[in-house]
Amino acid sequence: MSVTQLNPKEDKTPALSAQVVAFARPRPQKPLARQFARRGRQMLAAILPPLVTLALMLALWEILCSGPTSSLPSPSRVVSESWELIVHPFHVGQGVDQGMVWHVLASLQRVAIGYAFAVVAGVALGVLVGQSQWAMRGLDPIFQVLRTVPPLAWLPLSLAAFRDGNPSAIFVIFITAIWPIIINTAVGIRNIPQDYQNVAKVLRLNGFEYFGKIMLPAAAPYIFTGLRIGIGLSWLAIVAAEMLIGGVGIGFFIWDAWNSSLISDIIVALIYVGVVGFLLDRLIAFVGRLVTRGTANA
Amino acid sequence: MAQSYLSLEFIDKTFERNGTKSDVLKQISLGVDKGEFISIIGHSGCGKSTVLNIIAGLIEATSGAVFLDGKHVDAPGPERAVVFQNHSLLPWLTVYENVDLAVSKVFRGKRSKAERHDWVMHNLDLVQMAHARDKRPAEISGGMKQRVGIARALSMEPKVLLLDEPFGALDALTRAHLQDAVMEIHARLGNTMIMITHDVDEAVLLSDRIVMMTNGPAAKIGEVLEVPIARPRNRIELASDRTYLRCREAVLKFLYERHRFVEAAE
Repeated sequence: MSVTQLNPKEDKTPALSAQVVAFARPRPQKPLARQFARRGRQMLAAILPPLVTLALMLALWEILCSGPTSSLPSPSRVVSESWELIVHPFHVGQGVDQGMVWHVLASLQRVAIGYAFAVVAGVALGVLVGQSQWAMRGLDPIFQVLRTVPPLAWLPLSLAAFRDGNPSAIFVIFITAIWPIIINTAVGIRNIPQDYQNVAKVLRLNGFEYFGKIMLPAAAPYIFTGLRIGIGLSWLAIVAAEMLIGGVGIGFFIWDAWNSSLISDIIVALIYVGVVGFLLDRLIAFVGRLVTRGTANA
Repeated sequence: MAQSYLSLEFIDKTFERNGTKSDVLKQISLGVDKGEFISIIGHSGCGKSTVLNIIAGLIEATSGAVFLDGKHVDAPGPERAVVFQNHSLLPWLTVYENVDLAVSKVFRGKRSKAERHDWVMHNLDLVQMAHARDKRPAEISGGMKQRVGIARALSMEPKVLLLDEPFGALDALTRAHLQDAVMEIHARLGNTMIMITHDVDEAVLLSDRIVMMTNGPAAKIGEVLEVPIARPRNRIELASDRTYLRCREAVLKFLYERHRFVEAAE
């Protein structure tokens, strides 16, 4: 880092640059310290506003719920009542008596499986609908109707089909996440510029080469928009689905806590759900940025 | 009849939209010799790009045929490489990868990997873009992108190089640089080139012959002008050259006196 600070190359006159190096030596820490200070200020500017908002909200919550007749616990009561839950996230017990991390991981596993199927099937169907006029005419109206069916409405049907909770929940994730992936992929494929198609034609790229070298990269920004919406919806649906199927999982944990009147535990669980959902969204956005670097803004 | 290297024979093109037919091209016939540089000039909307796209095989002619080197062509292929107006580089690939996409496809199985690499670099050198090999299209200027587009087209070793208003989107100075680069490449490699343009000076400077098209609908070849100026040509010397000025005047007269652009025809 100090190299960039000194950077003798940037000085126009060689005599001056030598002087700069000589003077800089006795106190090399200063530029570094200044840089840290600048970084620190930037971090502060990013972190401070949400922290202040959070503190204000907690304070308001504390005031509103601190009365003896309050039906919901205040933040301080949440911490004291659910202390065991908060400090032992990796707790392993009997049955559904597990630490929060294990509940979240169980939910994440269901989401991962259902979402993975949705990505593969959704991109494939999206390519089909985006490529072929006839596939679009045939499938699009059906997709438009099916995608409005609420995720949980599929659950009884999938329970009837699979006769087991776990695959049913995974199916609900699949059917929830697939629509935005299909629709965005199809739009991305349809919007591939004519120029790229002409390049492919002049080069006589075959179907596979066209798919891998032109179609996927050109549609990638659209596809990742679909993937991001899809993961968000999956996480929304899993909590509801798990409330109904039971077993280990964040959704059933919340339901179980409600049945045991452990309102504080529910609040702790909600914080976990929110943070994990946020991280999932950021993860897909990050992968999308890696994959589509250069594509989006050219 | 004795066929030229590239010959267009009685090309008609009719577009049909919502049941109404519109004639775009009528009876276009043209012979191009090997190594010749041809410009096609005309007002916008006259269908000159359609001619180029038919030669490239990207658009099908309604009737008539294109022959290249004795063979009938009706589909796109790398022996008729196109330099597109807006460069059409793939933005997710680097400069090197964009050219390599073409080289790998055209010469796979014919040349070794090292030979293909050398060929990519050779073509980038030809357009003086080897220094930017690892940059992405978004990181280089418009003129540079067009240079890479030319390198990609040249790397296919085309029998005919088709240039679709290649410098239309560039500023005047950059355009002059690229015109010089194209002249130099034409002198070195002796490619057959067909260029679409609406710039009279560009047409006269670069071409052996200028094909002037009448206004649409049903555009046809109005006149073909020989440009009998020795190569290599120098734009500064030509500025006061008698032949150059005469050719320029002929094209201007064709475009602005006899076939003036009619707005209403659009």
